[in-house]
Amino acid sequence: MSNKNIMIVGVGGQGTLLTSRILGGRAINGGYDVKLSEVHGMAQRGGSVVTFVRYGDKVQEPIVEEGCADVLIAFERLEALRYAHFLKKDGVLIANDQRIDPMPVVIGAASYPEHILEDLSKTYKTYVVDAMGEAKKLGNPRVFNLIVLGLASQHMDFSKEDWYRVIESTVPPKTIDINKQAFEAGCRVR
Amino acid sequence: MGKQAVMLGNEAIARGAYEAGVKVSSAYPGTPSTEISENLVQYKDDIYAEWAPNEKVAVEVAIGASVAGVRSMACMKHVGLNVGFDPLNTVSYMGVTGGLMLVVADDPGLYSSQNEQDTRRMARVTGVPVLEPSDSQEAKDFVAKALDISEKFDRPVILRTTTRLAHSQGKVELGERAEKAVIPYERNAAKTVMMPGNAKGRHIEVEKHNLELAEAANTMDINRIEMNDTKIGVITSGIPYLYVKEALPDASVLKLGMVNPLPRKLITEFASHVDKLYIVEELEPVFEEQIKSWGIPCTGKEILTVQGEYSANMLREKIAHETLSAEEPAKVPGRPPILCPGCPHRSTFYVLKKLGIHAAGDIGCYTLGAVPPLGVVDTTICMGASISSLHGMEKARGKDFIKNWVAVIGDSTFLHTGINSLLNMVYNKATGTVMILDNSTTAMTGHQDHAATGFTLQKEPAPALDLEAFCKALGVPNVRVVDAFDIAKLEKTIKEETKREELSVIISKSPCVLLTKGRKPHVTPHPEKCRKCGMCLKPGCPAITKQADGTIAIDDTMCTGCNLCVQLCKFDAIGKAGVSNE
Repeated sequence: MSNKNIMIVGVGGQGTLLTSRILGGRAINGGYDVKLSEVHGMAQRGGSVVTFVRYGDKVQEPIVEEGCADVLIAFERLEALRYAHFLKKDGVLIANDQRIDPMPVVIGAASYPEHILEDLSKTYKTYVVDAMGEAKKLGNPRVFNLIVLGLASQHMDFSKEDWYRVIESTVPPKTIDINKQAFEAGCRVR
Repeated sequence: MGKQAVMLGNEAIARGAYEAGVKVSSAYPGTPSTEISENLVQYKDDIYAEWAPNEKVAVEVAIGASVAGVRSMACMKHVGLNVGFDPLNTVSYMGVTGGLMLVVADDPGLYSSQNEQDTRRMARVTGVPVLEPSDSQEAKDFVAKALDISEKFDRPVILRTTTRLAHSQGKVELGERAEKAVIPYERNAAKTVMMPGNAKGRHIEVEKHNLELAEAANTMDINRIEMNDTKIGVITSGIPYLYVKEALPDASVLKLGMVNPLPRKLITEFASHVDKLYIVEELEPVFEEQIKSWGIPCTGKEILTVQGEYSANMLREKIAHETLSAEEPAKVPGRPPILCPGCPHRSTFYVLKKLGIHAAGDIGCYTLGAVPPLGVVDTTICMGASISSLHGMEKARGKDFIKNWVAVIGDSTFLHTGINSLLNMVYNKATGTVMILDNSTTAMTGHQDHAATGFTLQKEPAPALDLEAFCKALGVPNVRVVDAFDIAKLEKTIKEETKREELSVIISKSPCVLLTKGRKPHVTPHPEKCRKCGMCLKPGCPAITKQADGTIAIDDTMCTGCNLCVQLCKFDAIGKAGVSNE
């Protein structure tokens, strides 16, 4: 198969790394060649972060180029806008409907754009979830990233059992159940 | 087929060290090299690995282990090599007994560094061979190759990586550990005592070995020609090799696994078979300059940048002249990194800002004290430079000039190279104020232990240096320890010590907020009491946002209950964390 290019973007500390590792683990179990590229270090301190996951028969570079992403998973609205141009014309945007003000906005040096997801949905196939709200309903706001992943999984060719297997082997043992519940909740979002 | 795993580049290097029979490793954390040492912990029955206080120490430990007859390594980021460069330049003359490898991680694009220096240039200064892998599999395999070359040609060898390789994951075929017998020790002063008479002889010897290695490079399997269409030929290495394969699948490629010394015959032969030769190397034109010096025409930095990372799209545009169809990026506010909610540095910087004090800064999370709204850090140079540069300011302009200055340095950075600078202040009668921001960890690189945390790399209990007693023992006349979140006491102490015409150290102490896991209590806003004065917004805590009506909202998933904002509110409009609201 041709390579599948997935990007996960968000704010440092939101858990993009864990999500990309689950996604990468899933691709490996599927027998694909896979490469992931992550961000460590300073950017993880509340900066804009992006991780790439590529899988297929043979993957060369570990990054996704502009205009080449099949799926863009955005954990925050402004970050969805920042990286939207990485999507292919028929690419899918999965967005968590959350706003985190960057420091230039907090101190009044810039303003936070309005109607981001409405505008992006005119150009890209866009699916939105209030994952933080859904996660609070499950009693643990920290698992919101698995809800977003659950929604994204609807646009990937893996079975739910496959996902569960990799979630079990990736997240901390005590949190397996709540993470699976969160993923399941994401799968139900339409 | 052997067992497979998916590994980070750094994880693969650790595995490679295990399989290649390495017995000793020493390192100081530095993005993007840190995870190598962290991954060596799983092989602790076979490899002794440690955190050293700095890279000079780490390289010397590795040299000692090599002299003692075992395979050894030291790991660092590119700027760490500057610190470890002194011993490297001389062990380059000595050569090795057991194989000796330095892993040095460059950072094109400056993801987490203060410059973009190219380790290949450094290696050429000291005449040390360099291997550069392209993916996780090679990152593992090249460790054994580097150590074989080290032993065969009697050279210390650098394994060079970049951020993109170090922090990318890919498939790796695992092998077994090949245990190496310890080489019996025999005194050989002519080779290991580098005084002038011996070093003269060794310099001649080293040049001979380097020429032999350059010759061997022409037939080395890691320098590989992939002949294809001959209209375009590309010489490349490392991660850029993957961009070439992605963007120019029909081009002929000479992939260099050993990037110093270069295989001149192989390059000349390859160049003769292609119509147009491109050099694709991130950072400095190290290949290009050498190849051009041999009279071989090639194109490199006229069309490709010396700054930042490359990409396949860049090569599609610049070499294949393709028009790319991607949309223009949207114009959006930037999101620079910030101090975390609950970070003790925010509290210290808030007080410095309030008092109008400038800070000579250093390398760590607290470099972020340079950006708004705090904006108190005026300089950031390299590890340890805060203390010595403050001293230089005093000697240039007199003690009144630095009355509204302090040096700020983290605990790990102080132990790395700040100690020498403080000793210099004591000795040369400085009157400045040094603040050690002690958060009990090496935070920026992901919370590594150090000589004052009480634990080793393997999390075994270890002696913990007492920073207060240590500064006193150095001869600092005034040493004060303050809770970083007690802003009243912090303010009083900073005022007293900056006024005093004597050297002072203030240890502003509170553990990194990320060290404690699990849910934390949060503060509670009481909008009915809020006078919209904006005091709580001044430290720039990301958990606090101003709402349309001027009152504030607190994101209770981000708030860690540090209570800094509670101390700043004069109207009791923010309820203390962990206390019932009723």
